[in-house]
Amino acid sequence: MSTVAITAEREHYLNKEYGIRSWLLTTDHKRIALLYLISITFFFFVGGFFALLIRLELLTPAGDLVQADTYNKLFTMHGQVMIFFFVIPAVPAVLGNFLVPLMIGAKDLAFPRINLLSWYLYVIAGIIYVHCILTGGVDTGWTFYTPFSTAFSNTKVIEAGVAVFIIGFSSILTGLNFVVTIHRMRAPGMTWSRLPLFIWAHYATSVIQLLGTPVLAVTLLLVVFERAFNLGIFDPNRGGDPLLFQHLFWFYSHPAVYIMILPSMGVVSELIACFTRKRIFGYNFVAMSSIAIAVFGFLVWAHHMFVAGISLYSALVFSILSYLVAVPSAIKVFNWTATMYKGSISFTTPMLYALGFIGLFTMGGLTGLFLACLGIDVHVHDTYFVIAHFHYIMVGGAVMGYLGGMHFWWPKISGRMYPEGWGRLAALLVFVGFNLTFFPQFILGYLGMPRRYWQYPPEFQVLNVLSTAGSTILAVGYVLPMVYFLWSMRYGKIAEDNPWGAAGLEWKTSSPPPTFNFDEAPVVTWEAYNYEEIPAPAEVPVEQ
Amino acid sequence: MFNNLPLWPVRGSSGAGNVDALYIFLLALSAFMCLAIFTMILVFATKYRRRRGVEAEQIEGSTPLEITWSIIPLAIFMVIFAWGAVIYFQERTPPRGATEVYVVAKQWMWKLQHQEGQREINELHVPVGRDVKLIMTSQDVIHSFYVPAFRIKQDVLPGRYTTAWFRATKPGVYHLFCAQYCGTMHSGMIGQIVVMEPAQYEAWLSGGGTTGSLAASGESLFQQLGCPTCHRSDTQGRGPNLVGIFGKPVQLEDGRIVWADENYIRESILSPSAKIVSGFKPIMPVFQGLVGEEQLNALVAYVKSLSPPPAGAAGGPGIAPAGTRSQNPKE
Repeated sequence: MSTVAITAEREHYLNKEYGIRSWLLTTDHKRIALLYLISITFFFFVGGFFALLIRLELLTPAGDLVQADTYNKLFTMHGQVMIFFFVIPAVPAVLGNFLVPLMIGAKDLAFPRINLLSWYLYVIAGIIYVHCILTGGVDTGWTFYTPFSTAFSNTKVIEAGVAVFIIGFSSILTGLNFVVTIHRMRAPGMTWSRLPLFIWAHYATSVIQLLGTPVLAVTLLLVVFERAFNLGIFDPNRGGDPLLFQHLFWFYSHPAVYIMILPSMGVVSELIACFTRKRIFGYNFVAMSSIAIAVFGFLVWAHHMFVAGISLYSALVFSILSYLVAVPSAIKVFNWTATMYKGSISFTTPMLYALGFIGLFTMGGLTGLFLACLGIDVHVHDTYFVIAHFHYIMVGGAVMGYLGGMHFWWPKISGRMYPEGWGRLAALLVFVGFNLTFFPQFILGYLGMPRRYWQYPPEFQVLNVLSTAGSTILAVGYVLPMVYFLWSMRYGKIAEDNPWGAAGLEWKTSSPPPTFNFDEAPVVTWEAYNYEEIPAPAEVPVEQ
Repeated sequence: MFNNLPLWPVRGSSGAGNVDALYIFLLALSAFMCLAIFTMILVFATKYRRRRGVEAEQIEGSTPLEITWSIIPLAIFMVIFAWGAVIYFQERTPPRGATEVYVVAKQWMWKLQHQEGQREINELHVPVGRDVKLIMTSQDVIHSFYVPAFRIKQDVLPGRYTTAWFRATKPGVYHLFCAQYCGTMHSGMIGQIVVMEPAQYEAWLSGGGTTGSLAASGESLFQQLGCPTCHRSDTQGRGPNLVGIFGKPVQLEDGRIVWADENYIRESILSPSAKIVSGFKPIMPVFQGLVGEEQLNALVAYVKSLSPPPAGAAGGPGIAPAGTRSQNPKE
């Protein structure tokens, strides 16, 4: 809790060594987090660029901006870039990498070299995927459905499949590192019941990454084999079963939704606690709900297949299980809301993102109830209703949490404050732009507009225009933080060690932290979120 | 203005109202939940905003409250589940005696054939008030037969039949979309369902030239391919007698019992050795690759026509649709 002004000469992880080698060969989890930050930001803007082209094409009912094949590649590559190269690594590989050791009082992750290896795997996958984009792209949809992907598509399916296969191992290694680190490297006194909820969320996420991602790897390998060597696995013309692919694919890809959302839920728990200055209401329930989501999340995959031709009775089972996984998510929302009761609430940029998260995640979750419902899903499956629903979860939820977390921990990461006024403006733009983009898509979906349509009947145009308009606002909201974060690295106010007056071990070391995180190994004698013992900052630190 | 900005889809089938009712219930429930949560957040945000000298009150949590807000949502979820399951069950169970239409999907068109023999492309004419059962398969990739006005959707798979059914209630022209991404012109794989008054429909039906009913062309194909040599209408043939088998359980050589539904007949033509009827030998030649999807449909229609209509006309055991139900009832 030192608030000593930082002297310019103090050595920390950023200025300890200079030069490209000191970054590319680093095993410091904080530097690797920044390597990830740069890589995923690059892919975020690549995926965002594809999204804008999609929205521009859909401005008019006719297919007039790009060719049909180009459009199909755009939505495929938007999905694959955003899911595999951005949202899945976003919170764990950047914030998780930076914070997991700091929050539990460790010097680094359990396997620092494996941590660096996972980034290199990410980069190799990224180079292959960019090569795939530049030399023609892929048009299977991010879902690689067979037999289209194995026998009919004329695009670079194998290359895309190999890239996703490799990035899967990056994800597995990060998960492995976190699980071992959280088990073995906690500081003395940091018991399981004292762990920040961010750590619980990352623990649950890591377990899913470890158990689920290998299934995706196997599935993609089978797709590559069928396509390259003519094996009959999924293609009925060669004796295969196309539904087998869907079962295997969703066995990973539904839990992958929780890989994306759980870490952001962890971020939101930290933000709400800090800016209400309270312990999270029902700590045990919030922690255990993360574990429950990870477990139940593995048992609901076939709710993506209610109209695919599965048996009536298995559809019933998967529908009821899908409702069970909704309960722990609801518990989290209720507990966050209850935490605000009798709090001392300030509305900084991170808190605005956290509140935005609750709102958008609530809507995403409630519309999930529609999709888990057999009678409704038959109508809205594969329509824009589904598109709207999962963007509310993955963008309204996961990305809002990521941005909130980036603002909250930016002082710790960079040692500088971002400009608060611009931060609030960007948060507002993201919230408004997001809703304008995706809310009309719920209506479009119930009206029956199918997804992945390059051209559409003219009666759907007004709602599509609204959606495209919203996406331009959203784009501004996403570019702004990148600009002012970069600006603040040079011109931002020097950050104190604990500018928010936040609980958590990461705030007890200096900003930015030294290479081995703590000058003295911490010993924990207090519960998580002991806000009654931490003085609130006199005023919210704002860049004037 | 509302011509350009529809907010609710047309309700064109007997099932659409049920789906809409549940949807409205869910909308109301969601609106209530959003309102409750957002109001609480706004109230807490104003009432407990940071003030000088006022500290937050530390509250550990409350187990009774946690149990309450777990159990009540779970109970509501179970109601939604049950309601949705009932609708799904109805949607997936074609009524007995439904008129059958065979659908073959391919990149990027819908080919439809009526029982009476009429063929259509990207267009389906049906009368108001009649149950129509679609027996669908694909020649290439997975497609999905989607009519928003009827609230029905069913993926159409290569290599097997899937089924859907509807009863149109209102004359009009409705969109038919392919809902499963299927390649370049996925968004061009659209058509229309033309719902007509019964009299008009009869006129339309008799207007088009046709070479006879689907079952009749199936019968001549059956003769051409030499099937009657073994599948005789007595018990002396080297293959099973096909009269009356459709919709009945069949005892297999390996002890299993399967229902003779569309998928069973399809499989028995394409790869006969997959399921050998008890008492027969696996001597039938494989027809995989020798008969096209539309010929196959005619053959299936013919075999079905050999079963007495009143009991078995609904197709399958009448519980589950062909293509979704396992052929082994014990599974």
